[in-house]
Amino acid sequence: MIRDLGGILIGSLLVNNFVLSYFLGLCPFFGVSGKLQTAFRLGMATTFVMVITALCTWALNTFVLVHAPYLRLISFILVIASTVQFVEMVIKKLSPALFRALGIFLPLITTNCAVLGLALFQTSREYGFLEGITFAIGGGGGFTLALVLMAGLREEHELATPPSVMKGTAMTLIAAGLLSLAFMGFAGLFGSAA
Amino acid sequence: MTPAPDRTAEELLKGIWRENPIFVQVLGMCPSLAVTNSAVNAVVMGLATLAVLVASSTLVSLLRRFIPAQVRLSTYIVIIATFVTVADMTLQATLPTVHKQLGAFIALIVVNCLILGRQEAFASKHGVKLAIADAIGMGTGFTLALTILGSLREVLGNGSLFGFPLFGDHYEPWVVMILPPGGFIMLGLILMTFNWWKERKQAATAGGAA
Repeated sequence: MIRDLGGILIGSLLVNNFVLSYFLGLCPFFGVSGKLQTAFRLGMATTFVMVITALCTWALNTFVLVHAPYLRLISFILVIASTVQFVEMVIKKLSPALFRALGIFLPLITTNCAVLGLALFQTSREYGFLEGITFAIGGGGGFTLALVLMAGLREEHELATPPSVMKGTAMTLIAAGLLSLAFMGFAGLFGSAA
Repeated sequence: MTPAPDRTAEELLKGIWRENPIFVQVLGMCPSLAVTNSAVNAVVMGLATLAVLVASSTLVSLLRRFIPAQVRLSTYIVIIATFVTVADMTLQATLPTVHKQLGAFIALIVVNCLILGRQEAFASKHGVKLAIADAIGMGTGFTLALTILGSLREVLGNGSLFGFPLFGDHYEPWVVMILPPGGFIMLGLILMTFNWWKERKQAATAGGAA
């Protein structure tokens, strides 16, 4: 049991990193990865939303959706939207500075495919309660990790002078490609359990 | 008041090239990178997105006077989610193998920023005819971009196109191109080409004007 959970955690954190191998949550990945600090905090907020979502997904799957599977998408997205609204209010209350720094990307967690993707994968792999929570922590951690690594890279190549055609998104994409290549080195860890 | 000249054709065409959702606006990246490891997947994904986009734009445009501004985003999301569910089930019934390969990504059309973006920026402010034209244009542009990306990756990474082998046995496939890193790198290279092309054109017009 513990080994299974460990597999899920490492699997979603490193081997099948949400951003770098499933391509989930790319919008904030490219949008917010300019500064290290903001990247880390957004990652944390997203992880929190993911854990709550995993809880609700489990509850919905167990109690409600057995009777009405066609409502799956709509109910997931509603749960995510309300959780994000809640997190937004909490952050606004506790840290107005962070609230301003995250700006538009905070409400956009709703349309972060990493969160909905988590709910969908959790459903299709039939994870139970504990497995779901572990998956959410691993996935959120992986998202934060990718965001922070990318922010570090981008802070560095702010100073570089690439050819003009490479400026902006093109270079960020290729850097992400190389980062993703590096993460492929984790394949095989835990027998690629996840 | 004389009616404005018919903008339908213009709205239709801008999404295909000038404001192409992927190559110019860089929207809807998650599906565009995740499913373009083969040309077939790319086309199916593009068409599914196109269908959802047209259907939701039509409905949002029809309902635009009835949706209260405070809850408009949630309303759009629910409308989009409904059509995505329809698309998901239709694909599952008609093309089960492709549906299986695309997996969760069909459902993830719900959170494609492109679709929500068009509802907010266009369909909620324009009449039905323009909204449909815009949706068809953007959807076609998206499908085209996805197909280009998918074909390039499949040709390089697997030596085939739409499943047909192109190069014979001696071709050593460039496997990394159909793996995740290849997606990032290929899109980066395409964007680079676009920049290069745009810069050259600008230089040409500047040179011509001088």
